[in-house]
Amino acid sequence: MSTDVAAKPDMVTFTIDGTEVEVPKGTLVIRAAEKIGLEIPRFCDHPLLDPVAACRACLVEVPDAGNGRPMKPQPACALTAMPGMRIETAESNDKVAKHQKGMIEFLLINHPLDCPICDKGGECPLQNQTMSHGPGESRYEGAKRTYVKPIHISAELLLDRDRCVLCQRCSRFSSQISGDDFISLAERGAMSQISIYEDQPYTSYFAGNIVQICPVGALTSADYRFQSRPFDLVSTTTTCENCAAGCELRVDHRHYSVRRRLAGADPEVNEEWNCDKGRFGYRSAQDGRRLTTPLVRRDGRLEPASWHEAIDAAVTGLKAAGQAVGVLPGGHLTLENAYAWSRFARAVLGTDDIDFRSRPSSDEEAGFLAAHVAGRGLGESVTYADLEKARRVVLVSFEPEDESPIVFLRLRKAWRKRGLEVVTLAPFSTRGSRKMGARLLPTAPGQEAARLTQLGADGGLDEDTIILVGERAATSPGALSAVVAQATTHGARFAWIPRRAGELAALEAGALPGLLPGGRPGTDPAARAEMAAAWGVRSLPDATGRDIGRIIEAATSGELKALVTGGIQEADLDDPRAFEDALDGVGFVLSLEQRPSDVTERADVVLPVALLEEQAGTFINWEHRTRPVALINAANQAPMTDVRVLAALADALGADLGMRSPAQAGADLAGLPDWAGARAGFEPQAPEAGPDGDGRGMLLASWRLLMDNSAALDGADFARAATQPLSVALSPADAEALGIAAGAPVSLSGPDGSMQLPARIEPDMMPGVVWAPLNSVEPLSVLLGAGPADRVQVEAARIAPPAQTVDQGGAA
Amino acid sequence: MVDKLTPIVTAHWGEEGSWRLENYVSHGGYGAARKALTTMSSPDVISLVKDAGLRGRGGAGFPTGMKWSFIPQDNPNPKYLVVNCDESEPGTCKDMPMLMATPHTLIEGIIIACYAVNAHHAFVYVRGEVLHVIRRLRKAVAEAYEAGYLGADLFGTGYGLDVIVHAGAGAYICGEETALLDSLEGRRGQPRLRPPFPAVEGLYACPTVVNNAESIASVPAIVEHGAAWYQQMGTERSKGAMLYSVSGHVRRPGQFEAPLGITMRELIEMAGGIREGHELKFFTPGGSSTPIFTPEHLDVPLDYESVSAAGSILGTKALQCFDDTVSAVRTALRWTEFYKHESCGKCTPCREGSWWLVQTLRNIEAGKGSPGDVDKMLDVCDNVSMKSFCTLAEGFVACITSAVRHFRSEFEAGCNGTPAWELFPYEASALFAAPRELVTVTSTNEGGAA
Repeated sequence: MSTDVAAKPDMVTFTIDGTEVEVPKGTLVIRAAEKIGLEIPRFCDHPLLDPVAACRACLVEVPDAGNGRPMKPQPACALTAMPGMRIETAESNDKVAKHQKGMIEFLLINHPLDCPICDKGGECPLQNQTMSHGPGESRYEGAKRTYVKPIHISAELLLDRDRCVLCQRCSRFSSQISGDDFISLAERGAMSQISIYEDQPYTSYFAGNIVQICPVGALTSADYRFQSRPFDLVSTTTTCENCAAGCELRVDHRHYSVRRRLAGADPEVNEEWNCDKGRFGYRSAQDGRRLTTPLVRRDGRLEPASWHEAIDAAVTGLKAAGQAVGVLPGGHLTLENAYAWSRFARAVLGTDDIDFRSRPSSDEEAGFLAAHVAGRGLGESVTYADLEKARRVVLVSFEPEDESPIVFLRLRKAWRKRGLEVVTLAPFSTRGSRKMGARLLPTAPGQEAARLTQLGADGGLDEDTIILVGERAATSPGALSAVVAQATTHGARFAWIPRRAGELAALEAGALPGLLPGGRPGTDPAARAEMAAAWGVRSLPDATGRDIGRIIEAATSGELKALVTGGIQEADLDDPRAFEDALDGVGFVLSLEQRPSDVTERADVVLPVALLEEQAGTFINWEHRTRPVALINAANQAPMTDVRVLAALADALGADLGMRSPAQAGADLAGLPDWAGARAGFEPQAPEAGPDGDGRGMLLASWRLLMDNSAALDGADFARAATQPLSVALSPADAEALGIAAGAPVSLSGPDGSMQLPARIEPDMMPGVVWAPLNSVEPLSVLLGAGPADRVQVEAARIAPPAQTVDQGGAA
Repeated sequence: MVDKLTPIVTAHWGEEGSWRLENYVSHGGYGAARKALTTMSSPDVISLVKDAGLRGRGGAGFPTGMKWSFIPQDNPNPKYLVVNCDESEPGTCKDMPMLMATPHTLIEGIIIACYAVNAHHAFVYVRGEVLHVIRRLRKAVAEAYEAGYLGADLFGTGYGLDVIVHAGAGAYICGEETALLDSLEGRRGQPRLRPPFPAVEGLYACPTVVNNAESIASVPAIVEHGAAWYQQMGTERSKGAMLYSVSGHVRRPGQFEAPLGITMRELIEMAGGIREGHELKFFTPGGSSTPIFTPEHLDVPLDYESVSAAGSILGTKALQCFDDTVSAVRTALRWTEFYKHESCGKCTPCREGSWWLVQTLRNIEAGKGSPGDVDKMLDVCDNVSMKSFCTLAEGFVACITSAVRHFRSEFEAGCNGTPAWELFPYEASALFAAPRELVTVTSTNEGGAA
């Protein structure tokens, strides 16, 4: 500690109950009181929401406002500490105790006091603060206001208006934090109630947060209502697996089953929020279709088998293939599991044909990831805090609200609080862009490199700019090269933000052809020698292996004899049918899976693996921040982890994986020396001249909506249903030329088929571009045989499409 | 008979077609605006109004010139004047007659005030229920535009001004200046947190003066006659003259424009005295939200300081008189019902306190109160008082606590089985004979309209 006693101009000193407190200028009294351990009751106050001072539970006496004059009782949640101010709370002033009792008595006069049947009972701020600060009993003998209960404010949220204390946390969250201003007070006085609009449904990716911050049991979720009592739940702090944001989660389970998930509080990452996919997307393994027993194909049918039989069958298949094995671990794994896959491929199977990218990808991207993403730590990376401090953020192939919702919240916060300039390279201003005040740089799919280069030339990039590039950039030739070039030229920083939670960890583990753990280039003999020594093998494959596209091709052509896959969803690939052909054509398919899928249906041997909630481990979020995954549910029948299964396979193959548990994998990885050599070089790629094809039809733009047919959301039908209706977005000019009115059915056709959805006219959509959701009905690749930057035919549909609902039956 | 009347704003109210532009101009109307814009600088106008000692006529009595001087002229945003004409307080009835009689007085005041604070847009927020007043004001604004008193380049000075008349939607809370601003912006009318104050971030987050209509209407005469002339009237710290609205059980209710410091005794005398055969029981000095006075306060000078020293507030000078036929319990109940109906619902003590107290008062009115209810009611009032978000809740706290202070036995009677209507048969309070059956209907516990 410094003993320097220099003046601190930005600090304010004042007293609370006679105790001197020093806080930064602008601090609210309620925060200062927390700092000295004083608990002032509150309902409407929330540290991340603007003060409203509505509930009046936090009133304090102010005998001296700092100017020698007293004030009337003031709400501590809205009172800024001033130098020399004197504050008295209930600790030192009986009048304040009376204010507090009086206010809680008021809040309870209309409350149904139905705590015994209320979900909030046991963790309810109203209940708790009534006990700590309220009157022992009520003097009220009059009528209570009653309402029909509950009412749906969306498919996933219910409201019991009689329990509501009208603190407006929910409506303030929606207008301030998420920007979905669809919930508000209606009526007035005693009849005030939280309400939704008649013609604008409450749709928000963040709606679950309002249940969590409701200080009473007024808002409940369809997911958790009447599921459990808080005191019967076991809570575990862990990390969300549904995207690369790295949100801290509190997962509550009971009887070996997760009952709900809440946003954890990590000020550096997700603050106190999460998205509905993270909150409600945990039921996929609770549908009874869980794989718990190995399966082996006999006479064309998959049949349950013992582990011995299954491992024997797998070994037979793998041995027959030799080194001609493609390894596709998927992008969902923890660092420990991914590391086991990486070592299994290189040191046990002896192949470099490993690629975690179960999505559209490119050589340019593999080079970019190896050179500019892998092998880095938090200190070298852009962080959430950097986003908040930046002057400008440029979005390339990245729609934050859909593809990394916590990044969206942080950008919106920075725009709202500090006027951050957000520039988006996209074909139109999405709802998310508008909520960040983003400036649109109209960019047709495939034109990202050219537009970014132009932005740089126009002076739109500087040292105070951060470029955020999404995983979709892999499908836009030259985009990633342009990001690197422009950032280098103008001194801007950049970060790559994938969708999946496991992609950074997989990169770090080296689950990419030509890339070894810790960012070691597989082309570097020293790196190979270092890893071979660490793994106790004589050598590692020296040729850079095949990426996922080439693995699929080689499996189809017979060059590869076997595939080992984990957690691949066909719908995520740009050509699901080609992948099916590969699975059908290759000699042997081994699948490590949690649930039956299109892949397990075609596998020769299926080995069940543990769910994330059944193991501990680590994720790495897009900031390169290490995020701990905790063991939540130690059910006895839980299958083994990927690490353990791969170790068993290695044993049977006569090799040694060197690890048998995630903990050992983590220790093994941590024991590797930091790579001191050069990183992989990056060969920039030039953008393609222009969209290919004959120029007929319209250019398709598309990305995945957050709440789409993702398998993570299986079982969370109510959450999927509480989203904006699906539509196809067109420019006004195209809509007029095609004779399509807003809301009218429009038909999109590609080589493989067509789809119909209602039209949405986007005022600033680029003419000639049409946008459709990538995987909300069925994958576009299956429906149309076309993907982003392809040309599709657009016309008014002759027949109205059936009433549009999200397919709630499960993953495509 | 005393005659202390000083007709200034009201000077021409009685004339045929007093509201027409030609009538207003024939008495020198818009001369003050011309004088201000062509011969005075903006700071001069502010100094003049400060020197005159004009204080806000909406209730709080804040010095008007001072308020104007708070507008930060170095702020690059546009400045706005908002005229609060959402006159909704029970008993208050000064702005509406003024706008019916001589709306151009207000418009001329607006021109001068906007010039003083360098605003080019003024908004007049008029209570939504008074359609006839809104129509008349809109017509007057149209007349003023046509005659060149509004619009671009007034009096050849290059100064331009637009006036927008906005109708409220029937919420008393929108008379609170920040709730008014929210409502004007198209939001739900609820008071805002302060700071920031409207002078810094008001309408559309721009510097805004919010003035009562009567305050603005008082300005042209000050500009015309000077600060010294205005200072001659009134008391030491409450200068000038204002509208006193005398209503209730007096023979000739109406508007009395008189210097500050006039007493209730004098006003009642001018109003022809309490109605035949009755005596004054209590009165409000400034509308229903000000603690009531009794005959012992008849000689309190009706200026800001004296009324405050006597335990009430000058408020809007709405002097409602209640004679000896009136039940203090029923009066308190009716007023509290009003505040319950008008509470915006934002803060707990106002929303829940008014809901609770109406029920207690209904019980007491019906003779169904329980012993201890009066003290409980006072304690609930204490839990509301000074703890609500804005001052709306002080309205029902004031009328209940002052009524109990002066007439506690009537409340106690209601806690001991005697309905208020037995102590004070309601039909005796009526100024006009009502059919017996209607009176009977109102004497139930429903608290319906008389």
